[in-house]
Amino acid sequence: MDQKPQATDEPQVAEEGFSYGPAPAPRRGFLAGVAAIAAGGLAFLAPLWSGIRAALEPLERPELDANLVPVAKLAAVPDDGVPHKYRVVMDRVDAWNTHRQLPVGAVYLRRTGDSVEALNVVCPHAGCFVNVAADRSRFVCPCHKSSFDLSGAVNDPASPSPRDMDSLDVEIRGDEVWVRFQNFLPGRAEKEPVV
Amino acid sequence: MRQAGAGGVKLLLEWLDHRTGYRRLVRLALVESIPGGARWRYVWGSTLTFAIAVQFITGIALWASYSANALGAWESVYYIENVMAGGWMLRGIHHYMAHATMVLLVLHLMQVVVAGAYKAPREVNFWFGIALLHLVLALSLTGYLLPWDQKGYWATKVATSIATITPVIGPALQEVLVGGADYGHLTLTRFFALHAGVLPGALILLIAAHVFLFRRHGVTTGGLRSQMDGAGPGNADERDEGGDPEAASARTGIGQFWPDQALRDAVACLTVMAAVLFLVIRSGGAPLGAPADAAEPYAAARPEWYFMFLFQWLKYFPAGTEIIGALVIPGVVVALIALMPFAGKWRLGHRFNVGFTGAVLAGIALLTWQAYAQDRADPDFVAAQHEAEAAAARVVELAAGPDGIPPSGALTLLRNDPLTQGPRLFADRCASCHSYDGHDGLGGEFAEPRTAADLKGFASREWLTGLLDPEQVATPRYFGGTDFARGRMVRMVQSRIAAFDAAQRDDLAKAVKALSAEAALPYQAALDEADRDEIAEGAALMASESIGCTECHEYRGTAEQNLGPVLTGFGSREWLAAFIRDPSHPRFYGDRNDRMPAFGPDEILSDAEIGLLVGWLRGEW
Repeated sequence: MDQKPQATDEPQVAEEGFSYGPAPAPRRGFLAGVAAIAAGGLAFLAPLWSGIRAALEPLERPELDANLVPVAKLAAVPDDGVPHKYRVVMDRVDAWNTHRQLPVGAVYLRRTGDSVEALNVVCPHAGCFVNVAADRSRFVCPCHKSSFDLSGAVNDPASPSPRDMDSLDVEIRGDEVWVRFQNFLPGRAEKEPVV
Repeated sequence: MRQAGAGGVKLLLEWLDHRTGYRRLVRLALVESIPGGARWRYVWGSTLTFAIAVQFITGIALWASYSANALGAWESVYYIENVMAGGWMLRGIHHYMAHATMVLLVLHLMQVVVAGAYKAPREVNFWFGIALLHLVLALSLTGYLLPWDQKGYWATKVATSIATITPVIGPALQEVLVGGADYGHLTLTRFFALHAGVLPGALILLIAAHVFLFRRHGVTTGGLRSQMDGAGPGNADERDEGGDPEAASARTGIGQFWPDQALRDAVACLTVMAAVLFLVIRSGGAPLGAPADAAEPYAAARPEWYFMFLFQWLKYFPAGTEIIGALVIPGVVVALIALMPFAGKWRLGHRFNVGFTGAVLAGIALLTWQAYAQDRADPDFVAAQHEAEAAAARVVELAAGPDGIPPSGALTLLRNDPLTQGPRLFADRCASCHSYDGHDGLGGEFAEPRTAADLKGFASREWLTGLLDPEQVATPRYFGGTDFARGRMVRMVQSRIAAFDAAQRDDLAKAVKALSAEAALPYQAALDEADRDEIAEGAALMASESIGCTECHEYRGTAEQNLGPVLTGFGSREWLAAFIRDPSHPRFYGDRNDRMPAFGPDEILSDAEIGLLVGWLRGEW
């Protein structure tokens, strides 16, 4: 007997909790509702705005200029028309750490006489590092098998890469090869720098 | 006393129920009529909930030891896996349960589709299920990066690169996900916030909604459905009014969730856990590759097995059509699955849905198989994978060594390790002319022999014995491919040494021991120590008429002419580094040097790199 009344009590208690007191006049009720939503919304505005702004903060950072860095001595690049890979070492700020002389990527340098061409090693398809094939006749990407000739041009119609390998500006300064090191957005036909 | 105690507990529970209404909640949770009785095929939803609960438990425990930053993530995971008591099992369970979740998701989806459980009135719950599938995939993707090892790093890089092809917002989306233009600290903090905060929060909400709607509609019983739709006491609302559930089930001959189905569910969950534990124990935890390195290509980069079909799929989309493969077709497939409740209304709709789901799953299985088959058949991939495994094992060895992991991170351990860097430098800078044990240092084979000497075991007794062997000196292993093949040294070995008598050959063996001792090779230290007397004898013989090294080479201040490299300290750290820096120096080949570049003055290799290369060639690690 003492269990049943409790069970039937509960919903009533719950309902009473919400319909307590006399109903407000309709107009006053509407205005109060609007005011409640406005005040409540306003209370959430600052945290939401701060949170979303923090999440989108990377978009607000100033654009970085492409970096001109020395990559190798000219004498160190074999004059054989075959691309050779060189690490790019430069200062890099990673959020709260500044790394001095950190290896940040790599370039292929290909020398013919005194002219040097530079290609970013990153595949324009999906961002893997492209290798020189074992027979040194072409580039091939180990991920999705994009294929390029030694100048970096796509050489196979089935190649998934949407564009040629990304060439980089080269300056010969004295006996050193300087490269304007830049990464580009993968997966598109045009070369668009990553900012 | 006993009775009074029992009465006291009863009173306390009564009071608690009056204040909280917990009995009704327990009834809601446990009392569920199952038309047609409990079935093994109803266990999939429960096993999935269990798997996700396991991920929460192990995930929070892992969280307590994990550090989301680029200089500490790998290190903290290494610590969990290799140092923390039981950490390997904790991480192993989290890793393999994530795999199990994928399998269970597919089974659950198949069960839902085959049973027609997507049909009215369950459309919304079906969509919740599809949303849950995507949340779990997103959890896997974000979790894969967190150990910050080479594998997760490069695979995730490919994934976020693909995100950039999303029309309009692609690049911004990638930048927000990655936390800037480059992978770094903020990539990890963001992925971790997603993996441990945003996605699990959304997962809890959706699972709650999913289970609530499931309880509202009851199980789908296939053949029994038509009877159920009209009169069945299959849902919680009706059950509440129906009074005593046991009496109800006795009336209609239907099963109950508690305890019949609950027992089956519990046994299924235990089986899943046992399978996961088997995998964890078999592999001794979860895999951890070498720490992520932005400058070190990783040719073995592959996603986890459940994403391999997408990886393979992308190979079939040539330039310009990538967006179709990566976004359009997967989007259409997901949309078609989401529209199943409507397709199911047509006469053959259900069959179409079952067939379509089967075809998609078969296609995924085929692509997955192709991906693995192609990788297995690709020697470059196999080599890259071996290299990756070697680096992973090596860094753990170094981290466990006496110096431990420096605050600059474990990557510096590998960057300063001769065993890791030596072969890479050799393959990059030496292997166009030299070989190492016949390969390029990393195990890559050559189509034709190299022009210059094979440097495996350089300056060891074995290597020198071969050099002074008339049969071998002019082979590609030594001077065969160089200008020196026609030089004095080769002529001397082929004429003079070939004519040596037994006593002279004995002297030569002692001289070889003496010359090799100049290198002080660590792996020959015991031999050098044991043969001290012979080495002293040999050193004297080198300048003697019988052997006559000093006729052309300087050795310990004695030389008739300086035609070849100085032999004092031959093959030692200092000698070898100086030789690589500048082989054309008068101390070595002078202007008789063939084609070997001056790696030091031309800055082809830095002094640190030469040090690593020398350390590797000399077996110092």
